[in-house]
Amino acid sequence: MDVLSLLAHGFSVALTPLNLFLAFAGAFLGTLIGALPGIGPVNGVAILIPIAYALKLPPESALILLAGVYYGAEYGGRIASILLNVPGDAGAVITTLDGYPMAQKGKAGEALALSAISSFIGGTLAVIGLTLFAPYLAEWAIKFGPAEYFALMVFAFTTLASLAGKNPVKALIASVFGLMLATVGIDPGSGVPRFTFGEMKLYDGVDFLVVAIGLFAISEVLTLMEHSYLGTAQRIKVQTKLVSMKTFMASLWSILRSSLIGFFIGVLPGAGASIASAVAYTTEKRLVDHEGTFGTGDPRGVAAPEAANNAASGGAMVPMLTLGVPGSGTTAVLLGALMMFNVTPGPLIFQQRPEIVWGLIASMYIGNVMLLVLNLPLVGLFARILTIPRWFLVPAIAALSFIGVYAVNNSAFDLLFMTGIGVVGYLMRKAGFPLAPVILGLVLGRLMEVNLRRALAISGGDWSILYASPLSKALWALALLSLLFPYLTGFFGSRRRPPDV
Amino acid sequence: MKRFWLHGVLALAIGLFASASAYTPGNVECIAPANPGGGWDFTCRSGGKLLYDLGIVSRPVKVTNMPGGGGGVAFAHVVTQRKGNPNILVAASPATTLRLAQGKYGNFTANDVRWVAAIGADFGVIAVKADAPWKTLDDLIADIKKDPSKIAIGGGSSVGGQDHMKVLLLAKAAGIDPKALKYVPFDGGGEALTAMLGGFVQVFPGDASETIGQMQAGKIRILAVLSEKRLSGDFADIPTARELGYDAVWAVWRGFYMPPGVSDDAYNFWVQAMKKVADSPEWAKMRDESGLAPFYKGGADFDAFIKKQVADFRELSKALGLIK
Repeated sequence: MDVLSLLAHGFSVALTPLNLFLAFAGAFLGTLIGALPGIGPVNGVAILIPIAYALKLPPESALILLAGVYYGAEYGGRIASILLNVPGDAGAVITTLDGYPMAQKGKAGEALALSAISSFIGGTLAVIGLTLFAPYLAEWAIKFGPAEYFALMVFAFTTLASLAGKNPVKALIASVFGLMLATVGIDPGSGVPRFTFGEMKLYDGVDFLVVAIGLFAISEVLTLMEHSYLGTAQRIKVQTKLVSMKTFMASLWSILRSSLIGFFIGVLPGAGASIASAVAYTTEKRLVDHEGTFGTGDPRGVAAPEAANNAASGGAMVPMLTLGVPGSGTTAVLLGALMMFNVTPGPLIFQQRPEIVWGLIASMYIGNVMLLVLNLPLVGLFARILTIPRWFLVPAIAALSFIGVYAVNNSAFDLLFMTGIGVVGYLMRKAGFPLAPVILGLVLGRLMEVNLRRALAISGGDWSILYASPLSKALWALALLSLLFPYLTGFFGSRRRPPDV
Repeated sequence: MKRFWLHGVLALAIGLFASASAYTPGNVECIAPANPGGGWDFTCRSGGKLLYDLGIVSRPVKVTNMPGGGGGVAFAHVVTQRKGNPNILVAASPATTLRLAQGKYGNFTANDVRWVAAIGADFGVIAVKADAPWKTLDDLIADIKKDPSKIAIGGGSSVGGQDHMKVLLLAKAAGIDPKALKYVPFDGGGEALTAMLGGFVQVFPGDASETIGQMQAGKIRILAVLSEKRLSGDFADIPTARELGYDAVWAVWRGFYMPPGVSDDAYNFWVQAMKKVADSPEWAKMRDESGLAPFYKGGADFDAFIKKQVADFRELSKALGLIK
């Protein structure tokens, strides 16, 4: 059978009334779960597994419900990022960089609508990629060994330089702070705890989400309180107009490029939505930000990370379905759910259980359309969150952040840690340090370290393994190109400029 | 008079009934000391589901994920804050006993909690890629003996963790210096398996349940299972390491412990309950589907097993230079 007839079979599974309803329910719940800070797709899916089990759903229906929650949450994550500067989940951290300034300028409706459309395009392109190329992509993902991952992380780090903005030294200090946080925890290479001060709760390292919520949400709460106290708070105009065709067309290429970047990074089991959105954003900033408007509310800066993180969540399905290896935390939970439903994930799942795989893929097409239809009319409603008076909004953000972070690990220690990081974040803001490099330093730092050490353990300490394969050579070349890019454009740019006479 | 007798008998009956089940479960909570998706999470979710399905508890079991410190956070939490609470079960496995043995849970020891029962077990396997030159375990061991630095072993646990221990045990049994082995730690068995499929490492010392999918697809070859007897189903044709002359067994049992200070009534109730779960056809089905083998130990039996395992692991870790 060719792909189309298999997909048609998948649609016949996905279009049964029950599955259609479950896809809708999953997408709707996912949007809500994603919109709440802290509670992201991982927790959302984990919460729903026992419910799916208790309802005695057949495996394909359960998976459709759970996958709906997964990509629904990736959609929903952006809402709090844009409106409140509080990332709803890991993939939405970067969305705050331009989303929040847009909302502050009174363009909340536009930002929400554009990000919904970007999410739709990213998600749909990823499903198309999954449908057509899954087996080939799996072969490609396998070619990524520790050395290749290390080179990829170095590349991601070089793109970070474009986040530096006006003060590169401050951005550098911020990313070093992130790198330092990344070293906390049990060292996998020796099994010895580092910088844990004997606190067992730090053995697994610093939780990315705890830092992200503390750094963004708590510091935002503190800043809002300061403005209220000093009477410098501004009234935000709320405009619920959807995105104009002109803005959309201006962002279209950014969306398409970011979808591709997000999808390919999502396919790799060792990377995820947060790295995908960061690389997409920084790449777009390099390529199209000629006026320096990124970071001040540029629509393209909202479109790029949203297209990328939704594409990445589709991409993460590739290793899960073809290799039985999760490409993200959420797919790890989905895998666990599959096993509870007597489905052995692995290379044979396409042959053994086509109704599950193709039903799932078909439901992802349907789910993406549903999410778009669901999200666009709600833009006005969401945007009105901004009209909530400060005296109610500020404590509400704080309460949601605390609940969300507590829900991740059931740990009161995390609440203290988040609060501490929040105060640090507030001071950093006051001193003009950018916050995003901290998050990226934390995410990239750990992956960079473990993969470097794995590579060197394999080669017995021989550094040449890092650039031995053609794939790693290509990634090093990309990294170099990315570092030199500003000089190159400057060079060519100055040649093109007509000589002053 | 008649009435007196009636009352007496009734009182006696009530008394007997009450002493037979002085404990009835309330809102039962199962703590999985890790994030959703792993083995401990599975133990809680499947065990909890069966407790409810079999009518042992009247309300669904609540599963709480409490990751941190490789189970140490949950262990410390239960010992210090849930003392005497008869409605708490915590999922455990050899990862728990191994860390207790290596002193990774701070000052806590295996004596700090009450060990209830194990209801099933996964077993370690030694896997290589399907196109690898080694057809048997003997081939592989001969090559490792020749030059241990040529063969990278990629496991899903950090140094000193379960996957590492499996190969150390095997090396010890084969007379290879365990310190000469080249062990590369990955984040979980899935990543290690992918690295082996990509040819970056040559050997994957995983668990039977992790490898079954790739084995069925013919992508990997399993040279030996680290069980006492051969496993059933797809693994029936694969020899045990013991059969091949290497005394290495790694049973990844799945079980539960309870907080300290729980009454004997409650403890015995849960030991009986887990026996019911382990013997039920529903569990047999779920167990087989997730690649686990039958394995039951409960009550005093299980407690003795745990204490011995911790002592053995401590001795082994010392001999291998993992702890002082």
